[in-house]
Amino acid sequence: MPTMPSPEADIVVDDPTAPADNSPSVVSTRTVEIVVSVLLLALAGIFCFDNWRTGIAWEADGPQPGYFPFYLGVLLAGASLYGLIATLVTRTGAARIFLTHDQLRRVMQVFIPTLLFCLFTQWLGLYVASFLLIAGFMRIIGRIALWKSLLTAFLFAVIMFFTFDVAFDMIMPKGPLEAAFGY
Amino acid sequence: MEAFGLLLHGFHVLLTWKTLAVMMVGLVLGIFVGVLPGLGGPNGVAILLPLTFTMDPTSAIVMLSCIYWGALFGGAITSILFNIPGEAWSVATTFDGYPMAQQGKAPEALTAAFTSSFIGSLAAVLLITFLAPGIAAFALQFGPPEFFAVYLLTFCSFVGLGREDKHKTIISMTLGLLFAGIGMDTVSGTLRMTFGWNELLRGINFLVAVIGLFGISEILLTMEERLALRGHTASISLRVVLRVWKDLPRYWVTLLRSSVIGCWLGITPGGAIAASFMGYNLAKRFSKDKDSFGKGRIEGVFAPETAAHASGTSALLPMLALGIPGSGTAAILLGGLMVWGLNPGPLLFVEHKDFVWGLIASMYLGNVVGLVLVLTTVPVFAAVLRVPFSAIAPMIVVSCAIGAYAIQNAMFDIWLMLVFGVVGYVFKKIGIPLAPFTLALVLGNRAEDAFRLAMIGAGGDLRVFWSNGLVGSITTLALILLFWPLISPLFERASRLWRPAGGSRAA
Repeated sequence: MPTMPSPEADIVVDDPTAPADNSPSVVSTRTVEIVVSVLLLALAGIFCFDNWRTGIAWEADGPQPGYFPFYLGVLLAGASLYGLIATLVTRTGAARIFLTHDQLRRVMQVFIPTLLFCLFTQWLGLYVASFLLIAGFMRIIGRIALWKSLLTAFLFAVIMFFTFDVAFDMIMPKGPLEAAFGY
Repeated sequence: MEAFGLLLHGFHVLLTWKTLAVMMVGLVLGIFVGVLPGLGGPNGVAILLPLTFTMDPTSAIVMLSCIYWGALFGGAITSILFNIPGEAWSVATTFDGYPMAQQGKAPEALTAAFTSSFIGSLAAVLLITFLAPGIAAFALQFGPPEFFAVYLLTFCSFVGLGREDKHKTIISMTLGLLFAGIGMDTVSGTLRMTFGWNELLRGINFLVAVIGLFGISEILLTMEERLALRGHTASISLRVVLRVWKDLPRYWVTLLRSSVIGCWLGITPGGAIAASFMGYNLAKRFSKDKDSFGKGRIEGVFAPETAAHASGTSALLPMLALGIPGSGTAAILLGGLMVWGLNPGPLLFVEHKDFVWGLIASMYLGNVVGLVLVLTTVPVFAAVLRVPFSAIAPMIVVSCAIGAYAIQNAMFDIWLMLVFGVVGYVFKKIGIPLAPFTLALVLGNRAEDAFRLAMIGAGGDLRVFWSNGLVGSITTLALILLFWPLISPLFERASRLWRPAGGSRAA
């Protein structure tokens, strides 16, 4: 029996910017699998080389430091190579969509602000950066009223500051604003 | 009974106002984490872990385990009211839970879910109480070869018994083991795989990786989907609770069956998902009225919830007794224990009695308090879902960053978290499982140390892993499990050859 949403749902939250089902594909799962396999192969190669330099021989009292990681690298390379060949040989994955155009847009809407947040944390300190992230995200992407966005972001940053830096004595990265207040 | 006395002592340690307050805070945070989209048990525990760094170990572990119980309870709320399983093991709960909510029986469904979670957890905690000390005492005789054999068994069972593509499990596991090896080698003091990069000297912190892999990647994945919700509110009255509880004895077979399945599968890695489906399917198969399942039958809520929670709780048994986590969340709890300088494993039962029994007592108490709390506050938590995701998402990102930074006070870790977030997102979408990576990262160094100590003891002779009956059988079992996918078809073929003869005899 299909479960239809009942008419008298009590909580309804809409998502006007939801990705459309028929949005065109950006990249197929097959392509991503190939790229990831190649990257993992390269990573395995780098790891193996470094461990080979450290020493991979078997001494009287067991393995040298590089022994274990070297063979793990070999295993990783083997598994990635198997994955790569399996993906190249079977063509079934080509139809499967990794990401549609709309989905990419939505993911970037979170990823880019998060990236900027990390950058700002380095320069302005964590609390100012989190104020900017929350206010900006709510206002620009959530289209929530400006005063609500600013107030929420301000309260959140202040609560975090008092919880971590004051109550729990955990020192977060700080910037010029905190310095002006003497922290 | 010794265990009983120690347990009472554990309760004694626990029953202070401070600990009870910590417990309540943990449960409330946990239910929030379980209800909110884009968060769940493992990432909730990982993000909130730094909060506990300044507490004493007992309060800290009580808070963390209560976050875990809370998250398990919270997952049931969204499954039933919104048809959104918060975790993979809540999927089976939606089969009958959501239809019940549609028929206006949401309070009954929720009561059933919470009660059966409680029963499942209780069964598993009883198992832990009486089995863990024995296993730990037995494991005290283990030397490095035995420990390495047990680690090997854990890794091999992931590869052999996992449902994912084998090569993907191996990729995930070897990557975790390699990352665990980055930094200073503990046996020889040599630097490994740091590539002259000072930030990597400390190695890759397990918790930073987990926060990225589960927290950040989950936000990215959640945003991809349609975030519109339609659901029901429900408040549970005492009358409904009593009515459901009065019917409870009728379902004792289902509850018992699911508890046993859950406890058994929970000890093996990655069992909770399998346990919930198995609990549901078996309840359906043994039912006289099979067709009523999926249309809002209360038994269809009891069965998967009991199994999932028995399994989620019993996953802590191997972690406490042997230092080997049975699930992703248990792995994170283990990472937490190591932050406080506690080394999970058999010695914990000897050296930190207060701590271990405090933790076990908190499992009992946390579940009772949790049950009362969710039964009374469901409407509040259901309303949390009204808060738009565009307000929640950035707050989760900030919490993740605080968590990642607080572990070692390093800005580098925030960047590392972001990288792991992207890696986790891609891996989840192409079907590379994250649990083996998590387990390998947390156990990698211990496994390698055990191996090398065994080698030093045996003068580099690999036969040490078959030097006595115990270590030999564990190692052999590990190898059998590793090659299980190749071995089991042989068995099937053999039994097919066997069967015609048996069949004709029967006919």
